[in-house]
Amino acid sequence: MKSPAFEYVRAESVADAMSAYAEADGDAVYLSGGHSVVPSLALRLQAPALLIDLSNIAALSGISLHDGWLRIGAMTRHVQALKDPLIAAHAPLFTAAAPFVAHPAIRNRGTLGGSLAHADPASEFPAAAVAMRAELEIASSQGIRRVPADDFFVDIYETAIEPGEVLQAIHVPSPVAGQVIGFDEIARRRGDYAMVGAAVQAVSRGSGLEDVSIALFSVGNHPVRARKAQAALTGRMIDADAIADAQAALEDDLDPPDDPQFPASMRLHLARVLLGRVLANLEAVA
Amino acid sequence: MTSTDHIGQSHRRENALRHLAGRGRFVTDLALPRMVHAAFVRSPMAKGKIVELDVSAAAEAPGVVRVFTAETLNPICAPWTGTLDHFAGMKSAPQNMLAEGQVLWAGHPVAMILAHSRAEAEDACELVLLDIEDEEAVVDGDAALVEGTPLVSEGIDSNLCFRTVLETPGLDEAFANAAHVVEDSFTFGRHTAVTLEPRAVVADFDPSTGQLTVHHGTQTPYQFQDVYAHQFGLPDNKVRVIAPDVGGSFGMKLHVYNEEMAVVAASLKLGRPVRFVADRLESFVSDVHARDHRVSARMAMDAQGTILAMDVDDMTQIGAISTYPRTSVAEGNQVIRLMGAPYTMPDYRGRLSVVFQNKVQTSQYRAVGHPIACAVTEALVDRAAEQLDLDPIEIRQRNLVADDAYPHVSATGYQFEKLSHHAALAKLREIMGYDALRAEQAELRKQGIYRGIGIASFVEITNPGAAFYGVGGARVSAQDGAIVRLTPSGEVHCAISVTEQGQGTETIIAQVVADQLGVTPDQVKVTTGDTDTTPSGGATWACRGAGIGGETALRAGRRLQAQILAIAGAVLQAEPATLALAGGTVVDKATGKERITLAEIGRIATYRPDTLPEGCDNSLTAVQHFAPTGYPFDFTNGIQASHVEVDIETGVTRLLKHWVVEDCGRIINPLLVDEQIRGGVVQGLGPAFFEECMYDDMGQMTNASLADYLVPMAGEMPDIEIAHIETPTLDTILGAKGVGEAGTAAAGAAAMNAVNDALRPMGARISQTPMTPLRILTALGHV
Amino acid sequence: MKADITLTVNGEAVRETVEPRTSLADLLRDNLRLTGTHLGCEMGACGACLVMLDGVAVHACLVLAVQADGQKVETIEGLNDSGLIKDLQETFHDRNALQCGFCTNGMLMSAYALLAGNSDPSRDEIRDALSGNYCRCTGYEAIVDAISAAADHRLNKAKGAQ
Ligand SMILES: Cc1cc2nc3c(=O)[nH]c(=O)nc-3n(C[C@H](O)[C@H](O)[C@H](O)COP(=O)(O)OP(=O)(O)OC[C@H]3O[C@@H](n4cnc5c(N)ncnc54)[C@H](O)[C@@H]3O)c2cc1C
Ligand code: FES
Ligand code: FES
Repeated sequence: MKSPAFEYVRAESVADAMSAYAEADGDAVYLSGGHSVVPSLALRLQAPALLIDLSNIAALSGISLHDGWLRIGAMTRHVQALKDPLIAAHAPLFTAAAPFVAHPAIRNRGTLGGSLAHADPASEFPAAAVAMRAELEIASSQGIRRVPADDFFVDIYETAIEPGEVLQAIHVPSPVAGQVIGFDEIARRRGDYAMVGAAVQAVSRGSGLEDVSIALFSVGNHPVRARKAQAALTGRMIDADAIADAQAALEDDLDPPDDPQFPASMRLHLARVLLGRVLANLEAVA
Repeated sequence: MTSTDHIGQSHRRENALRHLAGRGRFVTDLALPRMVHAAFVRSPMAKGKIVELDVSAAAEAPGVVRVFTAETLNPICAPWTGTLDHFAGMKSAPQNMLAEGQVLWAGHPVAMILAHSRAEAEDACELVLLDIEDEEAVVDGDAALVEGTPLVSEGIDSNLCFRTVLETPGLDEAFANAAHVVEDSFTFGRHTAVTLEPRAVVADFDPSTGQLTVHHGTQTPYQFQDVYAHQFGLPDNKVRVIAPDVGGSFGMKLHVYNEEMAVVAASLKLGRPVRFVADRLESFVSDVHARDHRVSARMAMDAQGTILAMDVDDMTQIGAISTYPRTSVAEGNQVIRLMGAPYTMPDYRGRLSVVFQNKVQTSQYRAVGHPIACAVTEALVDRAAEQLDLDPIEIRQRNLVADDAYPHVSATGYQFEKLSHHAALAKLREIMGYDALRAEQAELRKQGIYRGIGIASFVEITNPGAAFYGVGGARVSAQDGAIVRLTPSGEVHCAISVTEQGQGTETIIAQVVADQLGVTPDQVKVTTGDTDTTPSGGATWACRGAGIGGETALRAGRRLQAQILAIAGAVLQAEPATLALAGGTVVDKATGKERITLAEIGRIATYRPDTLPEGCDNSLTAVQHFAPTGYPFDFTNGIQASHVEVDIETGVTRLLKHWVVEDCGRIINPLLVDEQIRGGVVQGLGPAFFEECMYDDMGQMTNASLADYLVPMAGEMPDIEIAHIETPTLDTILGAKGVGEAGTAAAGAAAMNAVNDALRPMGARISQTPMTPLRILTALGHV
Repeated sequence: MKADITLTVNGEAVRETVEPRTSLADLLRDNLRLTGTHLGCEMGACGACLVMLDGVAVHACLVLAVQADGQKVETIEGLNDSGLIKDLQETFHDRNALQCGFCTNGMLMSAYALLAGNSDPSRDEIRDALSGNYCRCTGYEAIVDAISAAADHRLNKAKGAQ
């Protein structure tokens, strides 16, 4: 399990990184935490000519608040999602998701940007980003654009990042008064990728839930927004009936992959169970 | 007089200190001058014919020293065949190092690349042109036996490796007269050892002297000394096998593997050291796998719940070729012989079919056969209890062989010297607070929380004599040897053939020897794992380190004790019989008064033998070999209980607690015994819930990485409480039996009973391992 | 093309020339012969290769040596020599929290990192901190006990000092 040979550069700026990528004629891979890239090299699943290390780029680091949005640099490590007070206050679903992501040492190295760019359908942070209606800041030779999380995740391991582009930051809208969240997953062992997971956010008003946002993961090729379930809950107080309606709605929301080790019917069943549990345990964050 | 100051004490392991300091010495760590690194090109297909194999580009690649194929390597090694005479009629194809013409499983080594680094060797593997004409692979054991199914390999005439039946005359009558019969079919998944240190070997042939030294991460260095000598035609005194620290073994590292043989062959050809360390991906497709049984079984009872008989049919799937030198039949053989073993069941029939398929070989792995026999027996006992409306404890009380009914011979012919099933059951009930747990279970069910309690009695085979392999013609030693010597300064050294993989072998040997010589264990240095410096023996397999190795050390120690006392008697002009050893000195036996120190004896015998009376033998070295006699095996017994909570909506099981009561005879070191049991239990719980080598229809293992194959981890495993009964064997002076496999033997059985106990209110049950959420949800009708 | 790197390993300045594909683990084991860092999977799943990199526990199999250029690495050998894990080593020894010893490096690293941030971990927190550390031999309980005992010793010592 030794990687094939490659060249390595440490980029000092995004422009640097992008020009290195261009010079390699696209036969290059960006490296942030490396915890998905390095194993895939060791497994010889890919053999790029060049690895471009993004860890030294100032524009990709830092966590700061601007106009009601939290900007989280792409190089922010998983462990910071767990511990950083700004993230806890303004992007609480990342904090709620973090304990489920891998193990302590992996969280020390893995990055939020890497996790989103990698877009593993069983990953926690992508679903949290969708549920929080985050926007992704992507740099290309044409400039910088912001892509809503809903449009960002395209397919298995495929995002709106075009070859050579760099994910710079994640922008998360700050919670509003009455905001509640819930996050949970069912995994075989602690730290494993989820069999099924759910990230939920809503605004709880006296009259019921508003702005309900549900992202399920490990139920499709990318985090799936459960629109019918959202609709089933909108304007209603959380009670057994509302939960049951949301669970029933998943039948239409989801079209899980089917495989003998993990039949679609099981994923759907688990998604319903999990959504029910998460909805029954929503927590106020603002 | 023998002091017993240290036998029975929880001595800490001195050799643990090296590991804690980062100073372990594993084969993986070894780098020798001139050393080259091996990597293998493996078959990507489960079965096929090699149409083209072109290694020319690989041979030219940077860093590559040599490339071997079957054509260039196999001729220097005699083929080996994994059959034994006492498994009458068994057959298997002969094997050699690299695939010749046909590939038999996905992972079968086809070519070997030697390069200056492992990375370069792997680079070159990608340059080998290998064209295989795909053939229909036989992946399922039942299908393999159907007429018209292709043969798994050339060199066999059917896919049946071995079949046998064991039957008592009264079987049919017992079932005809039964008041109750319970039955079920079970599937036990394939899993594998996943030792944290993968298989590792560095072979170092010196053509100038003809000396072959093989640093080999194995539990049985003498066996490999013999294998290498025989297969490569070398005198065995020119073959030295050194097993330094070994990062886990569990039976997996005592089989002959293509890669290790190829590494030795390559070193012989190149005259330089060759290193191979399996990476985790190749471990999964080349280490032996274990289990893979389908069992249908029924149990007959009378109206009171007395077990009358069991009728069992085991079909086990062993891969493409039987392993060498112990065969892949031993496990199935043990499965059908261990059924019902704890119970006074008079009648029995066991059928065994051992079947080939195009997968990695299966073979002996910790607790060979026990987990299957135990799980089937104990599941049926629980079903019987359910049918008769008896508490699981009650039905066991009615059927376990009484503690005063020994010697006892089981329906399958095993002879038990003395076991303690009832005492163990009583103790288990007490330590687990059985009645309170049942009450809690009932209470929680009302709240929709489903907990289960599962119990499993077991016997374990330990201290095997030659009956295991030797009688079948295998060159597998059942005896062990020790050399104990007093150094010139009065310290003690013991070189012994049993080996250490972290069980604490060296520590218990030091304790045993210390007590024979009146010194402390830290004064006894123990050397293991090197065929040049220790006497030949069986080493470590089938739970023999403490029982056989300990007895060997004891007898060697006593022999040296006699020699020391004879010299002391000569020096002191005293009858040796009036002297004894204690506190590092020779003492007067009657008064305990110190007469002369061991250091003084060492000094006189070494530097001033001239002062000894004429004819006095100054030897301070004693050699002793020991082969078990008396019973063919020393059986141990015990009982385990598992407490689980099943989330009936998700199928996820939480392991709350586990208990073990164990009787391994004389306990030499309680600390080490308990940790053997705990490790063993988790190795039983792993395959009960997580571990499974999964294959697709083409014979490809689909989860062959440590990310996808789920080993048991700290977060999911329970705390394990242990208690002991001590019934020493009278076959030896020491009285110790084995304990290494006890935990694994029954943990899965207890867990399966616990899960089914939890599921009982829903009318669901599961009889397949691992008990995954999918299988539990399926049993519950959710999927 | 090989790269020149300089890093501090166990307090010693180290200069090496490596292929970019060389992992930090291979650099430590093969170039520097610090074989206390073990390899069990080379993909982040077993924890045998844990080292401290600039003060945090990381998998040496998942970090390239070139990425560690300019950084500080502490391996088991360094922690041993510094005496920083003496109490853990003692409780592991007392409790027989290792058998073959192949996982021990990683267990000590995880324990060291845990206790640095949590002086009074529950058994469940300890098990959670070990969730990425595979051990085939011990069944984990002794390791949990040993870490728990070391935490207790530290707490008692801290109380005594007050
Ligand atoms: C044993 C193990 C267990 C794990 N368990 C989990 C788990 O339970 N849940 C989970 O979600 N993850 C898990 N992971 C994955 C881990 O969280 C990864 O580290 C993460 O998904 C990727 O982050 P990274 O920083 O390591 O990215 P890298 O591996 O460096 O990169 C990942 C991909 O994203 C690209 N990329 C990275 N950064 C950028 C950028 N700024 N712009 C453009 N492209 C970029 C890279 O080119 C690469 O294709 C596990 C990993 C391991 C080794
Ligand atoms: S070797 Fe690094 S985690 Fe297994
Ligand atoms: S002690 Fe062997 S792997 Fe942990």
